[in-house]
Amino acid sequence: MALSVDDLRVYYRTLKGDVRAVDGVTFDIADGEIMGLAGESGCGKSSLGNSLVYLTGRMRLVGGRVELDGRELPVADFRAMNEHRFRDISVIPQYAMSALNPTRRIGGIIGDLLRSRGYRMDEIKSELIRRLELVGLDRGVLDLFPIELSGGMKQRTVMVISTLLDPSLLIADEITSALDVSTQKAVAKMLVEFREREFVKSMIVITHDISILVQVADTIMVMYAGHLAEKASAQTIIESPRHPYTKLLISSLPEVGVRYTERKLVGIPGIPPQLLDPPKGCRFADRCPLARAQCREECPPFVQVAEGHQVACWQEAA
Amino acid sequence: MKEALYFAVRNRKLVFGASVVGAMLLFAIFGPLLAQHPALEYGGVLSHAPTTHDSYWFGTTLLGQDVYAQFVTGLRLAFVVGALGGGIAALVGMLVGFTAGYRGGIVDEVLNMLTNVVLVIPTFALLLVIAAYLQVRGILAEAVFIGMTSWPWAARALRAQTFSLTSRDFVGLARLSGSSSWRIMTREIAPNMSSYIVMMFILLFGNAILIAATLDFIGLGPSNTISLGMMMQLSVQNAALQLHLWWWFVPPGIAIMLIVGSLYVMNVGLDEVFNPKLRSL
Amino acid sequence: MRRYLLRKLGIYALTFVAAVTIDWMIPHLMPGNPVRALMARIQIQDPQVAQHVYANYMRSFNLDLPLWKQYLYFWASLLHGDLGTSIMQFPSPVSSIILHALPYTLGLLVPAILLSWYVGNKLGAMAARRKVLDNTLLPIGYVMTATPYMWFAIVLVYVFAVTLSWAPVGLAYSPTAVRGFDTTFIGDVAHHWVLPFLSLFLVSCGGWAIGMRNLIIYELESDYAHYLEALGAPQRLVRKYAFRNAMLPQVTGLALAIGAIIAGALVTEIVFSYPGLGYQIYRAITNEDYFVIQGIFLFIIVGVLLANFVVDIVYVVVDPRTRIGMEGGGQA
Repeated sequence: MALSVDDLRVYYRTLKGDVRAVDGVTFDIADGEIMGLAGESGCGKSSLGNSLVYLTGRMRLVGGRVELDGRELPVADFRAMNEHRFRDISVIPQYAMSALNPTRRIGGIIGDLLRSRGYRMDEIKSELIRRLELVGLDRGVLDLFPIELSGGMKQRTVMVISTLLDPSLLIADEITSALDVSTQKAVAKMLVEFREREFVKSMIVITHDISILVQVADTIMVMYAGHLAEKASAQTIIESPRHPYTKLLISSLPEVGVRYTERKLVGIPGIPPQLLDPPKGCRFADRCPLARAQCREECPPFVQVAEGHQVACWQEAA
Repeated sequence: MKEALYFAVRNRKLVFGASVVGAMLLFAIFGPLLAQHPALEYGGVLSHAPTTHDSYWFGTTLLGQDVYAQFVTGLRLAFVVGALGGGIAALVGMLVGFTAGYRGGIVDEVLNMLTNVVLVIPTFALLLVIAAYLQVRGILAEAVFIGMTSWPWAARALRAQTFSLTSRDFVGLARLSGSSSWRIMTREIAPNMSSYIVMMFILLFGNAILIAATLDFIGLGPSNTISLGMMMQLSVQNAALQLHLWWWFVPPGIAIMLIVGSLYVMNVGLDEVFNPKLRSL
Repeated sequence: MRRYLLRKLGIYALTFVAAVTIDWMIPHLMPGNPVRALMARIQIQDPQVAQHVYANYMRSFNLDLPLWKQYLYFWASLLHGDLGTSIMQFPSPVSSIILHALPYTLGLLVPAILLSWYVGNKLGAMAARRKVLDNTLLPIGYVMTATPYMWFAIVLVYVFAVTLSWAPVGLAYSPTAVRGFDTTFIGDVAHHWVLPFLSLFLVSCGGWAIGMRNLIIYELESDYAHYLEALGAPQRLVRKYAFRNAMLPQVTGLALAIGAIIAGALVTEIVFSYPGLGYQIYRAITNEDYFVIQGIFLFIIVGVLLANFVVDIVYVVVDPRTRIGMEGGGQA
């Protein structure tokens, strides 16, 4: 098992109380697996991904255990995690466009970073240039300032930097959201390429755009309101999902070739629950067409219903 | 608005700063009523230390004037100059910055050039020259001078703020729905800027007090009256330092320090109230 | 880049013309006549002789010509470096008075500006780092910025010169000192320089420290800082970047602050009777020596404009964003 997460809880401190963004999440990722993490805005997927690497100001790790390659990952301890950051676990952030210091050249930034982590630039430089060329960037990029690069170029540069030390686990947070469709495809392909060339072992690709995951991910995990809804192979999720939320999600995707007059685009009525004081039962119950009394009383556990397929739903688990 | 008030009363810096300024203001308003002697009258014992035995609570100057009376007179003047000077600067700065930021284009270019020119001129030197030539000076004139030379800084800041606000969506919406420029300015933009303008005014207030004190110290203060800066000037001129007449030159400076410092602290507190990101948990 | 600098030069030129014009205009708008003040000092008894002298002076000061001609003469003499003649210290030309006073003012200003900027920024950066330091430094910083320059000078003189006698009360050097380039004299000058310098330095520090602290806190919250931390970079590196980026607005701030510090230097000189430009202006005001006031004002303006220009150049060199943006190289 590359990554093993057990009952992870991450809350945000606010004046009004704790927002329970990630509220008891358990899952595994195998070696070499690219797992897509999908869900609506605010479902907790970014919080989940980021909590594995870097807890920001208001985030608090309330409980749970994370293991990477068999060793426990001290996610609650900022300083202890530094040993693992960049080497074992790395992240391509959501704000990749502004992740580079505007007053320093790219080469300088990378050099400073490597040196501060105990590596020498000249040892890694040739590999760095090879990878830059792999993603379509000329080695001259190292002499430029971030302002001289386009958005796509900055995105690819950050991708290369984040994976430079061949981490076991890479967390890619909404890396295609700010790009146009053709660049999205190119970037998605690059992710797979990185895995093929073993720059990265396993990946968590966070996005709200499932169509990307179809091209990239081996498995897809769907999150809703801080809880896991379903996890299965990408094919299963797309073709035969079992959780009501996933089903509605998939059916709300536009299909190429289908016109408005033939079939209307269906959304999911309602809004996700407030995570400040979440309902005690299944969090999807209010919007679920199959909801029963039991669903509102108790939270369904995330259990295996078939080989490599887990669902959290009272109806499906039966 | 209510939310702002909630945070305002709980913000220690704001409360502390406001209390000090408020206390000094009360002192400025009621202090002169308690003065036993006219500020410029030469009556008392020369160079007397402060005492509770007679009516010269803050002591007397080298020439027998009542330091307490001078002090409270100066305090009042300081507040007046601060409010007027700061107010004028804020007003002009608002007009210029707002118009430049909102209209853009050639209007902005021209106003920007004007602002830069006035900004670069060392206002103090300018005030020096102007005030030196006026034979009789009043507090109003001083306030107007200060106001008319310290507005560029406010204009610049407000222009930047206006730019960032006008490019926001809600203004675009208002424009689309056909609201007139004036309406947009007052209904959509001004309320969002109000917090900014309040903070700006506070800074200009403090700034005006400091500049006025400096001008007074050089000898360009209002004639026929006494101010805090003038107290310091007279004390230096009359060798109060060498004669250890500390009660003459220490209080004026402390008063300015207290008022201006508290204003700055208030500003930091206000910033925290208006900007949720700065609030510590 | 050239366009940017040319534009700045244009503004400065415009400002200079405006300043000169205002400078020239003011005495003509004010009541009173400088020549009469001069006459009062000379006190000629015979009215006929007085009339003659008066006409002479009016001519030499060009006050008998139409206004527009006076304006042009003003510019002409300005470009010749002739700033007029002092009335009180007649017949010393204003330019020589300025040149004699200048070294003293520069001796206070230049180290005070540079050092307070540097030290203030460093202190602010330190305060942004440690909470303990922050809680002590910040209030002190606010107090110092709120302190009027002359009052702080007064307090320093009272405490250290009058009460403790550690430093002299004023002047640039002892009245009994013999001028020369030997160590005794230089030591004497330094001894007299310390307090006024400290006064300027300490008050200015506060403002820089506070500004820097806020800027660094802002930089530490930026995306690039978060990214580096997510990749495990030590605080050392993040702070280095934050410091460098925070310095940039402080450089522009320097240009804006020069005017304020000059005012501070002038009043500090007055308190210490330090024979710089401030002291000269003070005497000129008390003695209604108009030409000296005008001359020093113009001189200060030129100095400030020059300093601003230098800061503009430095800023363009130091900030890659403006440089590249101006050369049209930016893409995103």
